[in-house]
Amino acid sequence: GEISHDSKKNRWLTRLSGQMERVVVSMQDPDMGVKLRNQRLLITVIPHAMTGNDIVEWLMQKFSVCDEEALHVGNLLVKFGYIYPLKEPRVLTLRPDETPYRFQTPYYWTSTRWPASELDYAIYLAKKNIRKQGELIEHEKESYNMLHKRINHTWDFVVMQAREQLRASKQRRKADRIVLECQEQAYWLVNRPPVSPCTCRWDRTRMTFLAYFMCYLHITLISTHSGFVKYCEQYQPHDPIMQGCLPSNPWITDDAMYWTINSDSVAVPTKLRVERWSFSFVELLSDPMGQRELMAYLEKEFSAENLCFWQACEDLRHGENSKIPSKVDEIYKQFLAPGATRWVNIDSKTMEKTLQGIKQPHRFVLDDAQMHIYFLMKKDSYPRYLRSELYKNLLARAVVPQETKKRYRSSCRRFLRTPPRRPHRHHACPPPSSSVGTQRSHTLYTGPSPSPWKVTGNE
Amino acid sequence: MGEMEQLRKEAESLKDQITAARKAVADATLPDTVSSTAVVGRVQLKTRKTLRGHLAKIYAMHWATDAKLCVSASQDGKLIVWDTLTTNKVNAIPLKSSWVMTCAYAPSGNMVACGGLDNMCSIYNLKGKDGNVKVMRELAAHTGYLSCCRFLSDSEIITSSGDCTCLLWDIETGTQKTTFAGHLGDCMSLAVPGDFKTFVSGACDFTAKLWDIRDSNCTHTFSGHESDVNAIAFFPNGNAVITGSDDATCKLFDLRSDQELITYQDSSIMCGVTSIAPSLSGRLILAGYDDFNVNIWDSLKAERVGVLAGHDNRVSCIGVSTDGMACCTGSWDSFLPSFSFKGQDNVMRLCKQNKQQYL
Repeated sequence: GEISHDSKKNRWLTRLSGQMERVVVSMQDPDMGVKLRNQRLLITVIPHAMTGNDIVEWLMQKFSVCDEEALHVGNLLVKFGYIYPLKEPRVLTLRPDETPYRFQTPYYWTSTRWPASELDYAIYLAKKNIRKQGELIEHEKESYNMLHKRINHTWDFVVMQAREQLRASKQRRKADRIVLECQEQAYWLVNRPPVSPCTCRWDRTRMTFLAYFMCYLHITLISTHSGFVKYCEQYQPHDPIMQGCLPSNPWITDDAMYWTINSDSVAVPTKLRVERWSFSFVELLSDPMGQRELMAYLEKEFSAENLCFWQACEDLRHGENSKIPSKVDEIYKQFLAPGATRWVNIDSKTMEKTLQGIKQPHRFVLDDAQMHIYFLMKKDSYPRYLRSELYKNLLARAVVPQETKKRYRSSCRRFLRTPPRRPHRHHACPPPSSSVGTQRSHTLYTGPSPSPWKVTGNE
Repeated sequence: MGEMEQLRKEAESLKDQITAARKAVADATLPDTVSSTAVVGRVQLKTRKTLRGHLAKIYAMHWATDAKLCVSASQDGKLIVWDTLTTNKVNAIPLKSSWVMTCAYAPSGNMVACGGLDNMCSIYNLKGKDGNVKVMRELAAHTGYLSCCRFLSDSEIITSSGDCTCLLWDIETGTQKTTFAGHLGDCMSLAVPGDFKTFVSGACDFTAKLWDIRDSNCTHTFSGHESDVNAIAFFPNGNAVITGSDDATCKLFDLRSDQELITYQDSSIMCGVTSIAPSLSGRLILAGYDDFNVNIWDSLKAERVGVLAGHDNRVSCIGVSTDGMACCTGSWDSFLPSFSFKGQDNVMRLCKQNKQQYL
């Protein structure tokens, strides 16, 4: 019936609001969020503002969509009141230019304060009325009169509250007062738009926005799906079940060469391995050899302390509980103390918070600082490393192993490491995925002695 | 009220139009995005090794990070560490309680853990000074059976339990550090991603939850399954979670958009999923079922591309090694007395691809 339909819609709205909230929260991330700056409003400076352009660009980047789609999404955020325009508050659209906007405070989020309370609206209108007679615009006057009639019994309370709030706001700094007024006004413009206060019309408007939001969900669906496709494609050459591996899968040939040539301490890595470091910073750091190479590069750049700090933080996070206080102390002395030999460049806010936190050391106390340094390396050192001579030379020197054919399965020949009796042959048909060329006549190993690579008659 | 009704109808038709449009575009675009990639042909995996030694149902297995050793737990009361390449048993650890349901290998390779109906998680040190494997800690606090455990490091382990909670333990002191409560049904399994900052759990309340280890908050809840979520794993990119459920489907949930993306189901499959593991690139998802098979799914196109048949009972556990070389399955193969001529003990089969066809 009616009630069930309403509650279903409300649940749906709540769910969608939740998703929008998540977007808004990530937009405000200090490291990865939208660029914020001060905005001059007449003679006052409002902090933490952003331009319409910045918002669109961030959304394009985040969801890997074109500007039109990003504008769609941004418009939703404005229409639902998560972002409000500073200069023309009644124009609830996102302009992809230098128009300034601000994030709405969570107190006024549609999801936290929905449906909007009549009482609150009455107080808001009363405040406006008291502050400046005639400031109410047409539809507000209508609402004011209607509310005055409907909740007449509590009108004294409404006026009292309005006066009290006005008095309190006069004691604030001008910039704060303006911001609070903007926020409150934005909330009411979204929840009591200038149409006649008929719930049916508001219903319809909301439905249209929901339609937009469905499109947005759809866009994210497509972009996330293509994200997965890209990942699978990128990693396919590294997936032995999909594409085999060189020299051979040890499970098929009983030859453990693959593990030998990919060990941590091998002198010359394989090409696939070195290429994989370019997929993401995480890949580089997950390979002990990759970490060593990065360290060597950073040492040349005199910024190795960043990686050392990151490694020390990892050791702290995963290490023994009892060693935590001493480890934190050591890290402080080496990396964080003023004048420390390997001082790391963390922003003042994080540094302050960290120094405060280490007074009571625990496993996660350096998380923020570690994250800051991680992103620093990821944005700066990592791309430069990939462009460096050090990396390019290593990639050029890296080997592509020859394929080992499946050995005749005889138990007596398993794991025998006799020296090669004859030079190995080229195969007529290289495996589909390998980049082995006929120019390569031998592979370079300075590791342990290789097993004989015999070509068998089978296969 | 008439206007309300009219508006409602309008809203409904609008919703329907959008759903249809969405589907139409989705259908048009997905093949485009996928067609340029190599089509996965029929994937055939062949048994390469059979690990014999357990005398009763095998409930769990877990690969070590070196991709050569693995540990398995069976209700014959033994935890066995295998060198899978040689099929030798490196350690055969007798357990105090034989009702074991889970086991785990520490990333360092120094420890293994197991637990089950004894409500405890027992930690064993593999690298003891005298060479003997001894119980290092017994972590007792759960009020229900231990369904799954996973090490974060040598100092911390996470356990999931039939008491509907997950716990984070400090192994050194043997005490619980954080409780993750929120599930409304038995927690059946958990998975930890590469960065060890979060973990996911699947439970009998038909949902999967993503937890922040530091804050102990549940940051996402994924609904969509119509029955108990038995198995859970992270997609290799760390941005999605794959689940397997008693409703005979597996699902892929995207963490960033908090959506159910893909469902892996087939009308011919009517039994529950017991275990799940992705291949290294994530393109293939291997899932073990109650009907004794392992189905291999193309994760992007949601099509079945292979079957591993070969067990004589339900597949209870599955794991793909860290380098993606091989997958190992364990099962409840029928327990036959040792004098039987068939000699099909409870086996673990290591399978590897035999050949691959490109279409």
